[in-house]
Parts: sequence; structure tokens; C-alpha cells
Amino acid sequence: MDTTVGDVYEVFRQEEQGDPFRHAGNLLAPDDDLALQYARDLYGRRHESVRLWVVRRAAIMEVKDADLLASQLDRTYREGAGYRITVEKRKALRARVAAERGEAK
Amino acid sequence: MEDQAQIDEFKARIDAGGKVEVGDWMPEDYRTRAIRFIEMHGNSELMGALPERDWILRAPSLRRKLALTAKIQDEVGHGQLLYRVAEDLGKPREAMLEDLIAGRTKFHNVFHYPTRTWADVAIIGWLVDAAAIVSQTALRSSSYAPYARTMTRICWEEAFHLKQGEDAVLTLMAGTERQKEMCQEALNRWWGPLMHMHGPNTPAERDGDLAWKIKTKCNYDLRQEFLATYIPKIREIGLEVPDPNMRHDQATGSWLYTEPDWEELKTVVRGAGPASQERLGFRRFNYEETRWVRDAVLGSASVAA
Repeated sequence: MDTTVGDVYEVFRQEEQGDPFRHAGNLLAPDDDLALQYARDLYGRRHESVRLWVVRRAAIMEVKDADLLASQLDRTYREGAGYRITVEKRKALRARVAAERGEAK
Repeated sequence: MEDQAQIDEFKARIDAGGKVEVGDWMPEDYRTRAIRFIEMHGNSELMGALPERDWILRAPSLRRKLALTAKIQDEVGHGQLLYRVAEDLGKPREAMLEDLIAGRTKFHNVFHYPTRTWADVAIIGWLVDAAAIVSQTALRSSSYAPYARTMTRICWEEAFHLKQGEDAVLTLMAGTERQKEMCQEALNRWWGPLMHMHGPNTPAERDGDLAWKIKTKCNYDLRQEFLATYIPKIREIGLEVPDPNMRHDQATGSWLYTEPDWEELKTVVRGAGPASQERLGFRRFNYEETRWVRDAVLGSASVAA
């Protein structure tokens, strides 16, 4: 990168109060004050954000661990969606309990 | 020298719908093509502000002036966003601006033509922006994720551009005979450039940008999508499409039209269009006039350092 024009800053915006902050894009600025001004111009001028976070890219660290983040192993045992079978199981069990109690269908 | 296995792995990832982020490894061909494509898009936004700039003072009401000013501000903003995406891929903004004003890089064909009347501005706002939205909507699924995200943002703003243009066209078409005539004349002038806009029907297999999914739809499909949506909308308000061969073919489901003059497109984007040099001249003038701002900003960088 051409360092004569400053640093890269990443911008995160919140659309409504309470929303998660989402990455909006980035900008190049010679200092923090101008970075804030450019973020206003690019991501706030149309009232599309209620808050903006501006952070130097150099300050962002990334976890790069495919085993953890994109595991090839079956991890459905730790997700609600891994238990859809409960619908079938419940249906079968309900029928069995009803039969045991001698209830009419 | 790049490792072929690494390129193949990258290609497989793209083919499977994978997305590329700025810090990821990418083949040189991917990087070069992405820069060229995004830079051309950025150039077009910057140059696209110029034909409309001429009309701020002449727009027929205060509301139209405000809307036009806001649209132009958006377009310059889009230029900034897109240059930043290209810059992050490795080409500095100054180099892009200098290549643009020296005529070494290209911008969209439609911005090489003059605007004769207010109706031209209305037709541009409606149909040029509509054609651009068709392309830009497809680009939201580009394999280059920072570009795709920028498209989401740009499409959101373009929705207003399209609506204000459509509103101006509808107002003219509901007006006097002279206004309707003016609108039809503008459509006639812009029809050729509009048909050129999505580019020649390059077969998908020969389009490298498509192979890397930097863009996701071929030119022919984009044009068909534009015609399918807008031909009925144009006709129902009393405008005539200035192409006697324009019709929907029931058998194939596609629109038939007179093949545009692709030589004209080539000539125009090389910088030999009717307004190319005037527009580039203004951009050069503007580049020199605003040099002190860049110097001041660079100065503050060196002070901060």
C-alpha cells in the first residue's frame, strides 16, 4: 500500500438501535480526524446509520483456524437443528403411550 | 511463478460459490481482472456525474435541482467506494485518476454522449440507471466479496436515482405535445447507447470475468433482462421504442431487436464519442483545480507521520 496517503480504516455501521454492527467498507485517511469525517460522508450522509465504528485495519486481528471455524466434522450434535428427529420420535412415542393406555384412535 | 495447484484450488472454490476477501491469496489473473473491472465501474460513476452536473442550474424546479444534486453526490460517492475497493486490490487512486484523465482506461459508453434537453436527463435517470441497476444487482453475487457488498449499498441508492428519473419522464409524458415530443426525441437519441450498454454478446466461455465470477451474468442475459422489464414500461406511457424489429418472441421467450452497431461502441469507449474529449477535459481541469486539496491532505499525513 502507498503509505503517503495514510492508513486503511474499516467502518462498521449500525442501522437501527439494538442492531448488530455490520461491516460497511473501508477508507483511506491520513489521520483519525479525517477518517471520522470520511466515514460520515460515505456511510452516514443518507441517515442510513445510527452509529458508526471506525477502526484502523492494522488493529484488527483475525482468527484463522479452519478446524475450529469451518470444521469438516459433523457438529450437528451441538445445534438445535441437529435434533429435528425429535418430531418423529415424539409422534411415535405419543402413539405408543396412547395404545398402552388403551385409548381409542 | 504461480503454483498451478493453488490456482486450481482457488478456481474450485470460486466454482463452488466461494467468496474472496481482500487479504486472501488470489491468482494474478483474478486480481488484474478484478481491478480493471472495478476501476472501469468507478471511472463510470465519476464520469457519469458530469452530464447531469450540466443540468443542476437548468433543472425545471427546486425539487428537481435538489434531487439531481443528491444523485450527483451519490455518484461521486460510488466512485469513491469503488476506487477504494480497487485500491485495496493494489492500484492507488492517484494512478486510477491519472489513467482516466489521460484516456488510458475506459468508462461506460453512455457517458460519452451529450445531453441536449432536460428530457435527456430524465431518460438517463430512468433508463440508463435502470440498465445499470440490472448489471449492478447481478454483481451483488460477485465472487469478490468487498465488491459484492459495495453493490448492495450502491443498488440501495440507485433505487432513488431510477425513481426520480421515472418521475421526470412521467411528468413530461403527461404534459404538452411539445413535452411529449421532447421526451420521445430524447429516447430516440439514447436508444443506441442504451442497447450498447451491456456490451457485445461475448460467449460466456470466452469471458474471463465471468469464469472467475467477478461478474455473474453474461452481457446477452443482462440486456434481455433489461428489455423484458422496460420495453412494456416504455410503451405503456406512450413512448415508442425506436426499433421496428423490437418484439418479444413467444417461441424462445427472448426479445428480438436490430443488432446494435458494435463498431460505434468500440469507437466511443476508445474516447472518440461525441462528448468524450469535452468530458475528459473537464475531468482534467477539475483534477488540477482540486490538486491543492490533495496536497493539503497529503501534507497532513506527513505531519501525522
